[in-house]
Amino acid sequence: MVELHWYIWLSLGVFIIGLTGFLTRRNLIVVFMSIELMLNAVNINLVAMSHYMQDMRGQMLTLFVIAVAAAEAAIGLAILIALFRTKAAGHVDEATELKG
Amino acid sequence: MIHKIIFSYLAIMILGLSLFIITRRNPVHSVLGMLFMFIHVGALYLLLNAEFLAATQVIVYAGAILVLFLFAIMILNIREELEGELFTGSWVMAIPVGVALLIMLLIGLRSIRPGYSGTHTIEYIKTMTHTKAFGKELFTNYLLPFEVVSVILLVAIVGAIVLAKKKL
Repeated sequence: MVELHWYIWLSLGVFIIGLTGFLTRRNLIVVFMSIELMLNAVNINLVAMSHYMQDMRGQMLTLFVIAVAAAEAAIGLAILIALFRTKAAGHVDEATELKG
Repeated sequence: MIHKIIFSYLAIMILGLSLFIITRRNPVHSVLGMLFMFIHVGALYLLLNAEFLAATQVIVYAGAILVLFLFAIMILNIREELEGELFTGSWVMAIPVGVALLIMLLIGLRSIRPGYSGTHTIEYIKTMTHTKAFGKELFTNYLLPFEVVSVILLVAIVGAIVLAKKKL
């Protein structure tokens, strides 16, 4: 049997990679992909915990996270398309209207 | 033993593909890397006896969300993406933040122990089948969150249509 810790470390690694991509990449689509990476890391953690604690709660939460991720991707990409149509901007540093 | 070999393969592939996703210049390559990563995560769920979630992972993520990403890439201009800066100037701050969070969580996570154990043992799931056990839990104890998720999806549908319309 693989220990629970290995699953947690795997999920931690994927989460950190996603976070770094989210903070550093310029292309907005890749930024959204980094968010999906982070959500997947959370899902791995939840399913592993659920398996090792012999409880279904984690897997329920995983289903809800998947649903919210789908909703988030639809809204995010719609915002991206609206941004591209009005300002022809597909990069993080080109959308600076809200700068204080 | 075989369990460990399969886990190591999946872990190495998932981490490698994650790095592949955030370093590619062409977003289409990132999406393809993501497809393989999602399939490997689904295989990891199979290793954890969650067959229903493995199927959901492949259908929803690899089937629906990635197609959405490909549509968005189609609308944007790829030619322009192939030149120009890959990273923003904030990587000087972002990489220390990532490393600091990694170290903090590594120290914190050592103390985690799976203390309490519930009623859904492997034998129970084997006799019930995973989908049945999952559905029973979902439609009894988690009925209200399930309904709330349907409202979230409705909001997403309406929001996506309104945001992507030509004239608001």
